[in-house]
Amino acid sequence: MSLLTTPSQTVGPYLKIGFLRLVIDAIAPAGVPGERITIRGRMSDGEGAPINDGVLEIWQADAQGKYAHPEHGQKTIAANAFRGFGRILTDGGGAFRFTTIKPGPVAGPDGRQQAPHLVVTVFMRGMLRHLITRMYFPDEPLNDTDPVLQRVPVDRRGTLVATAGSERSILEWNVVSQGSTETVFFDF
Amino acid sequence: MSKVLGYRRPYFDTQPAHLYPGYRSTIKRAPSKPLVPLPHTLSEVTGPLFGPADLGPNDHDLTAQHEDAPIGERIVVSGRVLDENSKPVANALIELWQANAAGRYRHDIDDHDAPLDPNFTGVGRVLTGADGAYRFLTIKPGAYPWRNHYNAWRPAHLHFSLFGLGLVQRLVTQMYFPHDPLLPYDPMYNSIPNEKARERLISQFDWERTIPDTALAYRFDIVLRGREDTPMETTRS
Repeated sequence: MSLLTTPSQTVGPYLKIGFLRLVIDAIAPAGVPGERITIRGRMSDGEGAPINDGVLEIWQADAQGKYAHPEHGQKTIAANAFRGFGRILTDGGGAFRFTTIKPGPVAGPDGRQQAPHLVVTVFMRGMLRHLITRMYFPDEPLNDTDPVLQRVPVDRRGTLVATAGSERSILEWNVVSQGSTETVFFDF
Repeated sequence: MSKVLGYRRPYFDTQPAHLYPGYRSTIKRAPSKPLVPLPHTLSEVTGPLFGPADLGPNDHDLTAQHEDAPIGERIVVSGRVLDENSKPVANALIELWQANAAGRYRHDIDDHDAPLDPNFTGVGRVLTGADGAYRFLTIKPGAYPWRNHYNAWRPAHLHFSLFGLGLVQRLVTQMYFPHDPLLPYDPMYNSIPNEKARERLISQFDWERTIPDTALAYRFDIVLRGREDTPMETTRS
């Protein structure tokens, strides 16, 4: 016997008032060890129009590949420690930008390591259920054997891998909700 | 080292489809390609955790966030957050946002011709207790028109955002009020195919939690996804 889960409903057009308090676009506080990176991109819809009321929520491990969570051996989380959570709202042109540290590899199914990645939850008006995608890093040898990337059709894997920007510390990654260049979203 | 115990997948028909043309904004925004099945790894069964330090003093009481009291009918909204296996979800962060009593949001793009209330922001937050219980004091929101189709009105609702223990428990939903005559006309509410699942979104009048001479009360229990019975995969770390 189990309870019926509560269904999802859209965040609607006024999500900003509900989500603003917890906006975190600098995910790693000063002093947290790891390679500092900036990620920037744009959210757009099936016609290429900017999504100016979108939200990205980031979940990631630290530079050693550890999640700040009891199921990964971390019983208590100290204030100002690395929580690994970010929330970013898109601007009027659909653009987003955040800073963090590159996570280390995390254990995956069957003992295989997963390539470093950010788990990205996407909300917007017009979405009755939120979506989950992942962002991987360019030039990362583990990408070739990542157990989740391997489930993605080869011709769509590129949508999950950021590209190197003008500087080494800046990565570009876009989220396209629909169409020929649609980002891969997961059934979770 | 350990086995990762995944979360149960949603039952058929209990969640809205991504594309639901009755809600027009889904047409250009819903994914058009098949979703790729995602195994539940450490990345999905962990998730951000919150504590009392994340909350402000009047976050649970939307009627006490300004100098004067807001206009409208005061209500208590409370309930428990459980998972599918009836286990309470403790320390879940709940974010709430809503329109005021006249059906207007304090948001720069809301141009509905209804008054703003200087004493009402319409935003609250709480953490659930060890038994999964939570409680807000607020104002009953008004219905409002939304231009999705001819004479479209949203039934009165509260937006709820919840963080459970694992990322895949994350839920954003809306709470409705019992016997609202607008519900049969609302594409959002009717986007959920299964009637029993849909009814989960309707709060119940809650006489026992009314505050005498002060506020009526509604009960809204929320059920997040629960753990699988048996591990789906093994990991080493």
